[in-house]
Amino acid sequence: MTHKTVKVGGLTRVEGEGALLVRARDGRIEDLELRIYEPPRFFEALLRGRSHTEPPDITARICGICPVAYQMSACQAIEAACGVEVTGPLRDLRLLLYYGEWIESHTLHVYLLHAPDFLGYDSGIAMAADHRDLVQRGLALKKAGNDLVAAVGGRPIHPVNVRVGGFYRVPTRRELAPVAERLRRAREIALETVSWVAGFDFPEVEHDYRFLALRHPGEYAILSGDVVTSDGGSFAVRDWPEHVTEEQVPHSTALHARLDGSPGYLVGPMARYSLNSAQLSPLAREAAAAAGLGPVCRNPFRSIVVRAVEIVHAYDEALRLIDDLAEPGAPYVPVEPRAATGHGASEAPRGTLYHRYRIDADGVIREADIVPPTSQNQARIEADLRHLIEPRLDLPEEELATLCERAIRNHDPCISCSAHFLDLHVDAR
Amino acid sequence: MGAPRRASRRSSADGPGGARPRLAVWKFASCDGCQLTLLDCEEELLSVAARVEIAYFLEASSAPGPGPYDLSLVEGSITTPDDLERIRHVRRVSKRLVTIGACATAGGIQALRDFADVREFLSVVYARPDYIATLDRSTPISAHVPVDFELRGCPIDRRQLLEVVSAFLAGRRPVVPPNSVCVECKARGNACVMVAHGTPCLGPVTQAGCGALCPAFNRGCYGCFGPMESPNVRALNRQLRELGMSTPELVRVYRTFNAAEEPFRQAAEEADPELRDHEKTPGEDR
Repeated sequence: MTHKTVKVGGLTRVEGEGALLVRARDGRIEDLELRIYEPPRFFEALLRGRSHTEPPDITARICGICPVAYQMSACQAIEAACGVEVTGPLRDLRLLLYYGEWIESHTLHVYLLHAPDFLGYDSGIAMAADHRDLVQRGLALKKAGNDLVAAVGGRPIHPVNVRVGGFYRVPTRRELAPVAERLRRAREIALETVSWVAGFDFPEVEHDYRFLALRHPGEYAILSGDVVTSDGGSFAVRDWPEHVTEEQVPHSTALHARLDGSPGYLVGPMARYSLNSAQLSPLAREAAAAAGLGPVCRNPFRSIVVRAVEIVHAYDEALRLIDDLAEPGAPYVPVEPRAATGHGASEAPRGTLYHRYRIDADGVIREADIVPPTSQNQARIEADLRHLIEPRLDLPEEELATLCERAIRNHDPCISCSAHFLDLHVDAR
Repeated sequence: MGAPRRASRRSSADGPGGARPRLAVWKFASCDGCQLTLLDCEEELLSVAARVEIAYFLEASSAPGPGPYDLSLVEGSITTPDDLERIRHVRRVSKRLVTIGACATAGGIQALRDFADVREFLSVVYARPDYIATLDRSTPISAHVPVDFELRGCPIDRRQLLEVVSAFLAGRRPVVPPNSVCVECKARGNACVMVAHGTPCLGPVTQAGCGALCPAFNRGCYGCFGPMESPNVRALNRQLRELGMSTPELVRVYRTFNAAEEPFRQAAEEADPELRDHEKTPGEDR
């Protein structure tokens, strides 16, 4: 009888902090915990008593990597409660801002966090010592995204220009023109990136994922849509609480989300791509085909290719939006409070992000609920890890730990966005 | 906040082999946005990386090196018993320690728990609050260990971060102006949103550093850089009331990302004196 414990302390190149603990006995995994030691920050509790105008600024602070996603889901949930829908040029501006965040976040992951795994480096910065041009290319690609978020939102992290109902000020054509120029140049880099990552060496592994993502009739869903799943399910965002439940499992480290009662579904780039790839921009579809991606992607290591394809799509759409942008009459539509509950969801770079608020007639928030992508993926990431580790328990510990880290980074978990990950203390055996 | 000690450490940092100064980036309770700012220095990142050895940066590297470190950048506030220990360790292994952002310098948005019952907060978010280890307060780094410099902002400003890192590498004091956002607003040529549009604005009491971003977007400053030195909150409160802000609105406007900073705490209490009777006072239930 042999016992084996693998510890990956201080998960690296993920945003936020976590660790993995595996206990195995006689070649079988008895226990596997992706431990998160991200301290709880109680956003859902502290939002109570705040004004209905405040969630975009407050919830942005849940995650510095994808603040726009929080702002967009929050705005739409509040607007839904108040019976307002933001459409036309203001919605286009929101899309534009959101594409900027996708570019920033995906490029950060592809170049600085994920690619080093495939090329055998500890970090993007170490990679730069041998491949300076390559890392510079990545930084240029990322910068164009930062510039876009700054032009529309005021700054790349925690943009100041977003408000319930729209924006404080509409960026002028003069402000957007130089950004468009940079985007146009960097789109070439985005295309090169797809062929670069497509050439990586991918372990042959496929999982039978159950995907969940938004779907929108007019676009590759990012800002809004209905919720669809790979087993044919479909429901409106307002019905989310009937389908997705979260539970705190003893001897587990996080709230595990369940979809219609069963755990382990996946949100994020692979889910979006597999459910909606036909709606990508023509250029992005071409790049995906050339990279050898079929209409569905079930190999988590290839998620880096999917992200690269989504970057091309984001560049394409952002450029189209800037070219076609109409002048909105006013920077925002008024959103008068009423006693109601509103639901909002959008596609954060890491997957579907759901917000719900109950407000009273004065616009005071009485209840808030936030379901971030990483808490939805938690159970599925653990399942990936089980599949990976069980047949390889005889590998040297260090090698196994490296493999596990790679498997986790495939899903780009953003642990700080764990509005409710746990700091759980487990008795060591 | 103390002046950085002289750069004589440079020589020891350089060591016999002429090694580069060693930089570490640490995270406590936070959103990761301030350390991301370092990775957002796209044009400068590789030259910074050439001048320092990035020895510990979990978000960016899978090969954290052991201490000691010449410069530690610390993001996030202290909210758990484990982190109380960890920050002491960070201080021990760091020659210089600079806090980056509102969480590390003021406790962050999560310090709103300071004005509430954290047990009740726990029960709202978690079905099994007994699994969670958390402190009653979210406190800045300086409440626990000596800090060499505090950089403000939610998030910090990229240019200010580069200035601070460069200054510490050169052994000089960072040039980070202590004046209010109003000064930056004038320099930028913005119309005063309060005078011109009657928009409530925290600019007169807020530390500069963002470049007067919100007024440039026709929005009042919301204080994400925290209070400037000796702000006149009483005068501002009077003006905000004249612009039509109610007492609860006034309290909320100070109670965001720097709520636990003393001048903003006082400003909220000045707006609503009843708060003093109902809420915990600093240092209580630690």
